[in-house]
Amino acid sequence: MSVLFILIGASLILALCFLAGFIISVRNGQFDDDYTPSVRILFDDKTTSSPKKPD
Amino acid sequence: MKRTQEEELTTCYHCGENCNGSIVFNQKKFCCEGCKTVYEILNENNLCNYYALNDKPGATLKGVIQTKRFAYLDDEQVKSKLINFNDGDISTVTFNIPKIHCSSCIYLLENIYKLNNGINRSTVRFTSHSVNIAFDNKKITLRQVVELLSSIGYEPDINLNDLEHTERKNYLRTYYIKIAVAFFAFGNIMLLTFPEYLGIGLSSESPMRLFFNYLNFVLSLPLIFYCAQEFFISAWNALKRGSLNMDFPIALGITAMFARSAYEIFSHTGSGYFDTLASLILLMLIGRFFQNKTYDTLSFERDYKSYFPVAVTVVKDGNEISTPLSKLKLGTRILVRNQELIPADSILISSASDIDYSFVTGESTPVMKRSGELVYAGGKNTGNSVELETVKDVSQSYLTSLWNDAIFDKNQAQNISTLATKMSQWFTPVVIFIALASCAYWWRLDLHKAMNALTSVLIITCPCALALSSPFTFGNMIRILGRYKIYLKNTIVIEKLANINSIVFDKTGTLTNTRKSDLDYEGESLGDYELQLVKSLVYHSSHPLSKKISAALNGVKPITTDQFKETEGMGIEGWVDENCVRIGSEKYLYGNTDTANEHGTGFRNASHVYVGINGRVKGYYIIKNEYRAGLAKLVKALNEKVKLYIVSGDNDSEREFLKQYVNESSLVFYQQPADKLQFVKHLQGQGENVMMVGDGLNDAGALKQADVGMAISDDVNNFSPACDGIIEASQFHNIDALLQYSKRGLTIVKISFAISLLYNSIGVFLAIQGTMSPLMAAILMPISSITIVSFTTLASNFLVPPKLKSLD
Repeated sequence: MSVLFILIGASLILALCFLAGFIISVRNGQFDDDYTPSVRILFDDKTTSSPKKPD
Repeated sequence: MKRTQEEELTTCYHCGENCNGSIVFNQKKFCCEGCKTVYEILNENNLCNYYALNDKPGATLKGVIQTKRFAYLDDEQVKSKLINFNDGDISTVTFNIPKIHCSSCIYLLENIYKLNNGINRSTVRFTSHSVNIAFDNKKITLRQVVELLSSIGYEPDINLNDLEHTERKNYLRTYYIKIAVAFFAFGNIMLLTFPEYLGIGLSSESPMRLFFNYLNFVLSLPLIFYCAQEFFISAWNALKRGSLNMDFPIALGITAMFARSAYEIFSHTGSGYFDTLASLILLMLIGRFFQNKTYDTLSFERDYKSYFPVAVTVVKDGNEISTPLSKLKLGTRILVRNQELIPADSILISSASDIDYSFVTGESTPVMKRSGELVYAGGKNTGNSVELETVKDVSQSYLTSLWNDAIFDKNQAQNISTLATKMSQWFTPVVIFIALASCAYWWRLDLHKAMNALTSVLIITCPCALALSSPFTFGNMIRILGRYKIYLKNTIVIEKLANINSIVFDKTGTLTNTRKSDLDYEGESLGDYELQLVKSLVYHSSHPLSKKISAALNGVKPITTDQFKETEGMGIEGWVDENCVRIGSEKYLYGNTDTANEHGTGFRNASHVYVGINGRVKGYYIIKNEYRAGLAKLVKALNEKVKLYIVSGDNDSEREFLKQYVNESSLVFYQQPADKLQFVKHLQGQGENVMMVGDGLNDAGALKQADVGMAISDDVNNFSPACDGIIEASQFHNIDALLQYSKRGLTIVKISFAISLLYNSIGVFLAIQGTMSPLMAAILMPISSITIVSFTTLASNFLVPPKLKSLD
């Protein structure tokens, strides 16, 4: 049964990673606009998928 | 009638407006040069996909003048306020563009880097109608970026508010994170508590169980100190003001739960209530989220600064200098161009001008001003550029001084007495009394049981379900109302709406429709050909009255003409098909002689436009305001329930007409913006709950003062003064249904309060006996919350008044 200590610990750490990932994505603004990306993906030619890198 | 070149009426390829098709490019017809230019630009740059995605996606460029309007954007101070990030070469800036309305807009705006290689990237955020642009300082200036956007028909809305406030804090992000953390803690705590539910026989001292308990304790820390923070803060703030709000018993319950659980775990006597704690906080956070989710795209907090220009053109030694409005001093010579707002009360220096005071008085017919006369801030110049000399500061001017009234003081303590706060005034003392009484009762018998009873009562009465009922009911109602084009600022507005017993209407623009008007013609009747002559001329004029006549002569085909001359404030004259046509004021047609044409007094409000053809005055058009559709029915329905008042900034010429709707004593005319505010205040002094329905800046004070201020708007994304809600003009006749729905909403909340109190009493009954187990709490509390959430959601969906649903 003591393997549970490791398993619970591992599952917690994994869950923490997902939580951290979510928080980072919220902070980046990925959840601010839930409409535009759904339209953007339908444009035929490349739009902002490859923005010109500032040089 | 020699060569009557009849033009075919068609629609513009760019904007879809009616046009005569005289402007052609690439076999496509345009209504104006502006639209054609946009097409040319897009065509050159292979962006014609814009037109493929949506039919006629553009916005008309008629009447948009490209002058030195954006010169102020070269001002370093303005620049630094607008640009949100600058690393030397690359600047990023966010613009509000109200015209964004379809996928074509997104396509075009995200491809503007193809139009100018100074622009590196542009990202549209559709929901907030904004675009974020990164550009290269070396290749393009901020002003050029704005000019580029304007040239393709997407002029950014730059106003003083943007400059003074930093970007609105994105509270939604905080809620997402809080809910995510709460969900994370909730899930893991549930998993770790699961063995308890199954009664798996782990002795209380087994290392596995202790490990689980300590983990639960650690997981609950972020719940208490991060997620539940706002409940403590809100309870504390209310306490400081000497009142008890609903968050107080919540905070008390959370504290009791946490303290007791921690005690049980560290004394190795049990596993505590962490599961209940987690589910409670999670549910309440979701409730808060619903309560606070509003319409990002709509602004309910606008004041005059949103309407006023950012900069004015100052004339100094013959030079025109663009100066930010905040630096405008008294006695400065300024230049106001066509369609620009007058920023401060001034004396007219130029000879004459037509000033459109619709912002200030609601009256849409321009007023003619002569040199030396005082013109008020907020008026719009509708003629050639005029020179003015300011005599008052911007904030002290006639219209803007309204904002110095105490009602606009943002630091005013918010005194909202909602049903929930009223309830918690007695709920909290009762709970504390029961808790202490049961504690005292057990004290003599069993100290341990006494503490048990005390904490159990506090835990079980934690008014989670109670706190969820109004956010879920009203939050859901706001979403439903949004579907029917009624947008409310927050959930409190619904409660206030349910208690309204007086409604004050503004007249011009609210009861009347400014876009449409009644047109009568008096005099010699005009034949088809003569109507064509009239149409051909008014078609070219930008004067509001000409536009109205033009709109009324919708089916008439204009004849091409390019010989015409418009005299400011007088009329328009032109040669159409070798006929001399003059349209304008009485004076313009008859000359300066006193013709003293008498009209019935009933027409005083109406504007007259005279028509003369080949030197003969044929007659005149009477342009009257048209009242909104469904007004009679609405007034009839409302009269049964509430008192109605009409407050107008106009003259009293329509008194006779309005008398059929409301009591004569409730009709007030000649009201200045500040008078309207006082009128509402006076009604409130008599104990009335007042709803103000208005449209313009002139109603701003009254809208703010009223318990509920509703703005009527033809385009919800455009102008609307600070208010509690915006109704799209097409839904004007549904105001009675809105009131009915809010009343029903309040009833739903009352019923759900009763349900949750019932659950609470069952819990308290168990708790005072000291027999409530953690498992019981873990079952009872979520069940009560879920009952409330499902009941309120179903009921608020089910009870939408049918009138509201019958859209169009």
